[in-house]
Order: sequence, then C-alpha cells, then structure tokens
Amino acid sequence: MSLHTLTVAELAAGLRARQFSSLDLTLHFLGRIERLAPQLNAFVTVTADRALADARAADAALAAGSAGPLTGVPIAHKDIFCTDGILTTCSSRMLANFVAPYDATVVDRWRTAGTVLLGKTNMDEFAMGSSNETSFYGPVRNPWDLQRVPGGSSGGSAAAVAACLAPAASGTDTGGSIRQPAALTNLTGIKPTYGRVSRYGMIAFASSLDQAGVLARSAEDAALLLGAMSGHDPRDSTSVDVPVPDYAAELGTPLRGLRVGIVKEFFDQGLDPQVAACVHQAIESMRREGAIIKELSLPSLPLSVPTYYVVAPAECSSNLSRFDGVRFGHRCDQPRDLMDLYKRSRGEGFGAEVKRRIMTGTYVLSAGYYDAYYLKAQKVRALIAADFARAFGEVDVVLSPTAPNVAFGLGSKTSDPITMYLNDIYTIGANLAGLPGISIPCGFAEEGGSSLPVGLQLVGPHFSESRLLSAAHQYQKLTDWHRRIAPGYE
Amino acid sequence: MSLTRTQVEGIAHLARLELTEAQIPVYVESLSRIMALVEQLSAADTGGVEPMAHPLAGQAQRLRPDEATEADQRDKYQRNAASVAAGLYLVPKVIE
Amino acid sequence: MEWETVIGLEIHAQLATRSKIFSASATAYGAEPNSQANLVDLGYPGVLPVLNAEAVRMAVRFGLATGSEVARRSVFARKNYFYPDLPKGYQISQFELPVVARGRLEIVLDDGTRKTVGITRAHLEEDAGKSLHEDFHGLTGIDLNRAGTPLLEIVSEPDMRSAKEAVAYMKKIHTLVQYLGICDGNMQEGSFRCDANVSVRPKGQDKFGTRAEIKNINSFRFVERAINYEVERQIELIESGGKVVQETRLYDPDRGETRSMRSKEEANDYRYFPDPDLLPLVIDDALIEAVRAAMPELPDEKSIRFSRDYGLSEYDAGVLTASRAMADYYETVVRRLGGQPKLAANWVMGDLAGALNKDNLEIEASRIDADSLAGLLVRIADDTISGKIAKEVFEAMWGEGRSADAIIEAKGLKQITDTSAIEQAIAEVMAKNPGQLADYRAGKDKLFGFFVGQVMKATGGKANPAQLNELLKQKLSG
Repeated sequence: MSLHTLTVAELAAGLRARQFSSLDLTLHFLGRIERLAPQLNAFVTVTADRALADARAADAALAAGSAGPLTGVPIAHKDIFCTDGILTTCSSRMLANFVAPYDATVVDRWRTAGTVLLGKTNMDEFAMGSSNETSFYGPVRNPWDLQRVPGGSSGGSAAAVAACLAPAASGTDTGGSIRQPAALTNLTGIKPTYGRVSRYGMIAFASSLDQAGVLARSAEDAALLLGAMSGHDPRDSTSVDVPVPDYAAELGTPLRGLRVGIVKEFFDQGLDPQVAACVHQAIESMRREGAIIKELSLPSLPLSVPTYYVVAPAECSSNLSRFDGVRFGHRCDQPRDLMDLYKRSRGEGFGAEVKRRIMTGTYVLSAGYYDAYYLKAQKVRALIAADFARAFGEVDVVLSPTAPNVAFGLGSKTSDPITMYLNDIYTIGANLAGLPGISIPCGFAEEGGSSLPVGLQLVGPHFSESRLLSAAHQYQKLTDWHRRIAPGYE
Repeated sequence: MSLTRTQVEGIAHLARLELTEAQIPVYVESLSRIMALVEQLSAADTGGVEPMAHPLAGQAQRLRPDEATEADQRDKYQRNAASVAAGLYLVPKVIE
Repeated sequence: MEWETVIGLEIHAQLATRSKIFSASATAYGAEPNSQANLVDLGYPGVLPVLNAEAVRMAVRFGLATGSEVARRSVFARKNYFYPDLPKGYQISQFELPVVARGRLEIVLDDGTRKTVGITRAHLEEDAGKSLHEDFHGLTGIDLNRAGTPLLEIVSEPDMRSAKEAVAYMKKIHTLVQYLGICDGNMQEGSFRCDANVSVRPKGQDKFGTRAEIKNINSFRFVERAINYEVERQIELIESGGKVVQETRLYDPDRGETRSMRSKEEANDYRYFPDPDLLPLVIDDALIEAVRAAMPELPDEKSIRFSRDYGLSEYDAGVLTASRAMADYYETVVRRLGGQPKLAANWVMGDLAGALNKDNLEIEASRIDADSLAGLLVRIADDTISGKIAKEVFEAMWGEGRSADAIIEAKGLKQITDTSAIEQAIAEVMAKNPGQLADYRAGKDKLFGFFVGQVMKATGGKANPAQLNELLKQKLSG
C-alpha cells in the first residue's frame, strides 16, 4: 500500500511507530502535488518550505515523545482560512495579493496539534458556488473524471484529498460546501453544529450559516480532525462553550437501534435514479444491521433553497463591503475619485457570481423589501428548524442523498444560476437550522463511461457529531465504497 | 419577479459595484431569475412565526472584560495597503 | 403667523472605557495615526466582534440615572453604508431593540422654570475613524484609531421649544455623563457630539413640520446659534411660499449659518439587519443591581447635599456642582481646610473661576490644584494673611506654581498682628496727618477710611484689618 493511500489514522500510527518520518511523508505528498495537482487545479498555493519546516518540527516531537495523535500528519487548508504570512485569496482577484497577517483559529488548532501544512486549496470564489467553477484561478477538476466538477465550494480540498494529494483537508460549509463536494468525490465530509468550531479567521460569507469542517477518506479520520479543530474561542462571539467529546473514542456505537428518518419530500424531487438506488441500498444495509427506519415529512424543507438565497446573499452583501481597496486587497488603477475607487476596485475584484449575490442581498435588505424578503425568509427558516426539531423527537438522524445528482460536466450548469443553486437542495436545511451533517460514500453511478461517486447524508440534532460519526464509521465497516480511490490516483 | 434595469443600476450603486453597459442586461436577467425563485417564499404560511435570525438567538452574548491588550502592529498591517503616507490610509479626496 | 419651534437632540457620547467596544484596542486620545487600530478595528477579512462588558455597564448606568427602561434583551444591528472611515462598510449599532429606552431628564432654564425632556432611547454603537483632508494634495488620509470606540447615542423626544431649552438639555446631559463617569465630555476632542433636529409649525398645530438635521455642532454656543439660524431660515422659507426639505445640514461657525450637505442628499438606505456575528445582549437583574449599587452621586443629589451640609445657597450649590470636576475640587478644598465651606465656595466660584476663564482652562487643568488652594485659604483662616493679601498670593501662585507658604515667606507678606507694631504705625500716621486728625475728631467720620488706608500703606498692606480697625478707633478717639 502506498503512503498516500493510508488514512490519517493509519499515518498517525505509522508515524508514532517510526515506520516512516513526517519528512518522508511530506516529501512524498509534495512530490505528488507537483505532478498531479496542476491537472486538477486543486491548489492555489503550495507551501513547500513551510511544510518541510512543519515536518521537521513534528519529527523532533515524535523523537522526543511529546507527539499528539495528529503530529506529523500533512493536511491542506481551504484558501478561505487566514494563514499568517501566507497568501490567502478566497480564490478571488480581490484577495489575489493578500498575505494574511494572522492565523485563523482553525489553522492555529491544527498547527498546535502538530499537522504539516501542504498548501491552500482552490475553492469557489468567496465560497459562493457548488461546482468550484467560480474561482478566479479557474475551475477545479474531479479526480474521478477530469471533465467533471468536484462540487463546491470546497472543491479544491475535495479534489486534493480524493486524489490522495493530502490525507485530509479543511473545508467550510454554508449551504453544503463540504458535504456536496465530499459526495461528488467519494469522501467523508462533516459540517459540525453551528458554533462548534470557531469562525475567527475564516473569511465570512454568510455569518449565521458558515461553519468549518473536514474532508477526509473515512469517518475515523474526520473524527480525529474535527476534534482537533473544535472548541470554544473567546474571539468568536458565536462560538459555543460546550465541551468537545473525544469523537474518535466514540465511534463504536452500533447501528442497532439507531432511529433513521427518511425525508419523504427529498425523494419527490428530480433525483437521479442511480443516486436514489444507491441511497436505498444503503438504507437497506442499515436496516439489516438493526437500524429502525421511519418515513418522515418535513414539509417546509422544500423552501430551503429560496430561504437560503435570501439569507445568505443578505449577510454576504454586508460581509463583503469591507473589500474596498483602501486597507488591503485589490485596488483599481488611478481612481478618479472615491466613488470610482469603490466601484472599480469592487467591480474588478469580484467575479460574476459574487456580484450576483451581493446585489441580491443588497436588494432583499433594501427599504421596502426587508419585510417581504429578509424577514419572511427568517420566518421560513424558523419553520424549517422547527420541522427538524420535531423530527428529532422521533428519530436520531435524518437520512437523505447528499446531492440530487453525481458530478456533472464542467460548464454544464453555469448558464442559469438557479440550476446550480438546486444542487444544494438536500444540504441547505442543516445550515439554516444550525445542525450537524455528514456525507459518506454509498455507491457509484455509471455515467458517460465514468464511475461516479454517490453520497449519503446524515443530519443530527445539535451537538450530535459523535452519533453521526459513529453511524458513518459503522456503515464504513460494512461497506468499502469509501476505500475506493479515483483511477490514476492510487 | 422581474427587476428593471433602473432597479439593477440602483442596487449596483448601493453596493458600489461597477457594471459595464454589456453586463447590465445579464444581471437584470439573472437577478430576476433569482427573485423568481425567492418568490416561492410568499406562499409559505408564516403567521405568528418568530423570525429566526440565527441558530444561537436563544443564547446570550458573551461580555469581554474592559482591557486594552492589543499591541501596535501598524507597520505589519499597512504592508497590505496600496496607499499609505505618514501612517494614514490614503483615498481620493472626500468632499463633505 | 405665530410659529412654534420643535427641537430634538441626538447626542453621541464616547464612553470612557479603556478598550474599544468590540476589540481590545486602547481608546486613549491623541495616539499616532493607526497605532490603536487592530485587525478587528481595521475590518480585516475573518475578524469578529466581542462586546465590552464595561460599555454595557455604562449604558445601564445612564439608563438608571435617567429613569429609563433597561432592555433585558437588546440586539446589535448593522447599519450599512460606504465611507472610508468606516472600515467594514457597516457600523455595528442598535436599531429596533436598543439597550435603554423611555427615560426623562429635568432641565432648569435661566429664569428658573423647570421642564422635563423625554429621552426616547439610548443605544450602544461603534465610532468611525477620522478623515484628514488638509495635508494631502487631492487625497484624504484616514486614521482608524477612533474606529471602534464605544458610543452611547442618546436620542431625545422632540420636546424642546427653543434653542435655550436645547442648550439647557445638552448641558444637563453633558454634566450627567461626566458625573456618571461614563464620558469625559471633552467636546474639542470629540468625546461629546451633538446633532439637532429642528422644525417649525404654526402655533397650535399638532402635526410636526418637516425637520432638518444639523450636524457638526461641538459647543453649547454653536448649538444655540445654529438652531436660531435654522429656525429663522425655515420660517422665512415657508413664509415666502417654499417648503422645508428633510435633509442634513452642516453648521458653519465662521459664517454663522447652516448649509445643506449636497453629497448626502441622495437617500442613504442603511439596510439595517441584526448583526449575525453577535448574540443578543441579555441584561439580568444581577447586572442591573450591581450597577445600581455602584452608582455615583448624581448632580441634583450632590447640589442638595452641598446646600444642606455646607450651608450654601441653592444657586451657589448649583454653580459648584455644575461639573463633577468642580464639585470634587471644591470638596477636596473643604476637606483639607477642615471646614470653612463658605470661604472655600467664595474662592472657588470667585478668584479661581476668574483665573480659569481668563486663561481658558477647564478646572482639571487648573494651575492651582485643590490642595494648594486649601493651603492658601488656611492662611486666611488662621490670620497669617488678610483676604486682600491672599488675592496677591493667589496671583503669584497661579503664575509661578509655588505654594502659598513659599510665596508668603519669600515676599514677607505675613500679616502684622503685633499690637504694638500696629500702634506704632498708627501713631506715625496720626503724626503725619494732623489736619485730617483734627477734622476726624471734629466729626468727619468718613476720614476713618483715609486713616485705614494710610496705615495699610505704611504697613505694606499687612496690618491685620480687624486689629487695625479696633486700635485705630481707640487711638483716633483720643
């Protein structure tokens, strides 16, 4: 087995057993990145010098016996997290020259845990997208089929991990941006409960929806890495002060007795039949293990997408106002006056999707429209949250496909924004309600001559990450979808 | 729900985004489509429902002790600025 | 046509916290540009606000002092607009649910009439930075040290009916916030800023006229002038067939007029919405009681106490408690003197106030501190010097910064209380002025003053006046 196909757990064990050094490991991954990353366009910045320095420090800790469970493990960060002294671009021209002067809390925590930073991954611009096609640096390609998208907005992280260029990577999820790319690239992706992980240093898209999370190749890996990034941060007022369980230690909870809710409304939509088939098969596997399957109705859930496309743009229109060319970021040439400075810097710095969302948000908050749109959306949001709360009175997790389709062709959905938005139909509800959600591989669909991964989503009540991870882990003991690696990247 | 050109120009102005002549109709189209999607919300029965601004709205804001602990890192931060002089950020003259 | 003026004031008081409202940067005035602006203040990508507990306590203090309702739950909202001194492109403020609401303040006008002015609300928000237009050709320099300083925005009901009432209200709030220790009231430094909403309506009409908002008034005098000008402008406008436009106007102190701010005429749509980076501010009984227990004595209470404990007139007590600094100064003097409240009052309100005015100083910057003044008054009280000589000593103290004793010693100003020395001086004067002596003894009582003056001159002004009077009476009578 090659080093790069080992899971984080296996790598950590190997490092502690001194079977290989972190330096060996890091050089190996850096080599793969050099060869294979360009065809995927998964990275914006490769931090080779920093990686080697991190690796040497990790090896010293390992030798001294002061290593932790993740010491020496290489990772990548989505380019939305500020990394001190390192370019942090959000895949936008607006920040193409931005060297962050501080580390995000997530970066700091993984660094303290001893991980090695391989680089910053490509993403949809300012996290706005579901296919990683809005990046200033060009689209990311899916290792399972280079003519297809990896999903978004954490497409670069997904492609990098799926191609074994990094054992795991951080991502962010505002409407499904960790879970959907995980589904499209055969990964395990977890978005925790809102407030579980600090948002300090995570460049804001929609503040009441954004959460950091993990993309990895197994639930066990996700458990290790989520635990390391979680916890209260006094610098983030929306970070909750709730103890972090040892997720890795709690993976053994069996599927037997797990009450699984199947959302009736999700199977009514335009769902790809092969996706439906894989998900149904997974449900049967769970049933055979003793999980209790119940059909549920969450009647407000079909309004998730319109709700999201009021709330998220509203918040982002305000969050992105700080990008004005004055203190950092892109500034237009020779501004004629202040208005010109603002309009041209922002007009040049932001791509079309970002501009679309800023304008949508500006509109729905504007005088005369606030009640009809923003306030209305927040009320529907309350209904969606109430639907989930009611569901969790009867079931432990809600199960659905993660995405209505498998990876689609590059450029196939870019002509109409709405077509793209509907990719998030199953994932958005969890963000609106602040609930944790995980996507795990559950099979493959054949399309256009490629085998394309299918993902299954589990959503749980607030702070039920342990439950989600253990259910995922138990499912991964029954199946080996998650072990398959994209052809050419083994 | 269709937006007019004038509306889109007004929104772009409020948001300080320059749109070229060619871009305007494109945004009119896409924004109108987005608002048509959003219109689905009007059918929802939300009578008596409290708006949910935030997943944590039932919790209280943490209060920080009043201590000035930040060091002066002006030089480091101003390296990111395009135009600085005498420690000040420069912009085209603002007329009041 | 009889017109009635309607005025409401919006006052922004910078709260005297050590750190900013949402970041741990210092708030001290006068630092090098941008040396007190951290990543949060600069609105860097990824940063987040965390609320300052002391700013909250100060707002509650204000609420309690004005009989307001303190909201158990209030919400921070974003006010969105673009301006270079507003780094995030939005100001974190409070909109629908402010921390304090529905209070009142009693004001006393010059003629003694009392009036209650309603306080609609007071809310917490962050200050913006500063724009410097002068030093750069064609450019404006932005200093963000001030960005993020906590402000309490105090909005009055449109209850005032004249510029004088507005000034009285503004002065009362100014005194109150200093008393509460929540704001230093320094208008030159911008810690206390006032906008006035002014409209007119025909007397007897219920409906309010269209109002104009006047900004940029940073002194009591300017407020009065600006309002008076604006009222006249509006009346003239209406009477000549025009309509008052709802707009923002700037007061120009050099020209003494208000001018429309053309650039802000386009309606600013602030698109307020609850700030998703902050949770609701919950204020419980414990916090309110803690603030209540630690409330400093309010101006009215202090004035009553001064009258009662120091035997001062209502007027004098009012003058001495007009500012907390003066009241504290006065009490320090009385304490050091160990009594003599009236003597202290006369000197603080008289000579000290005069010297401060002449040199355009606030009492905090007085060239003679309270202990030193007490040191001077003690020498009057123990007859070391006369009141008249004391004025000379005061002048010298003010100019040279030395203590009373040092000056008395150096200039040999000690009062002469030795009876024989005075008698000798009297004898000499009597001998030198036989004519006046004869006239006095013949009945010209007025000449007594002449002899007093002569003896004073002979003793270099140092004869104890009381003793001099008594001995002179004796000697002159023969």
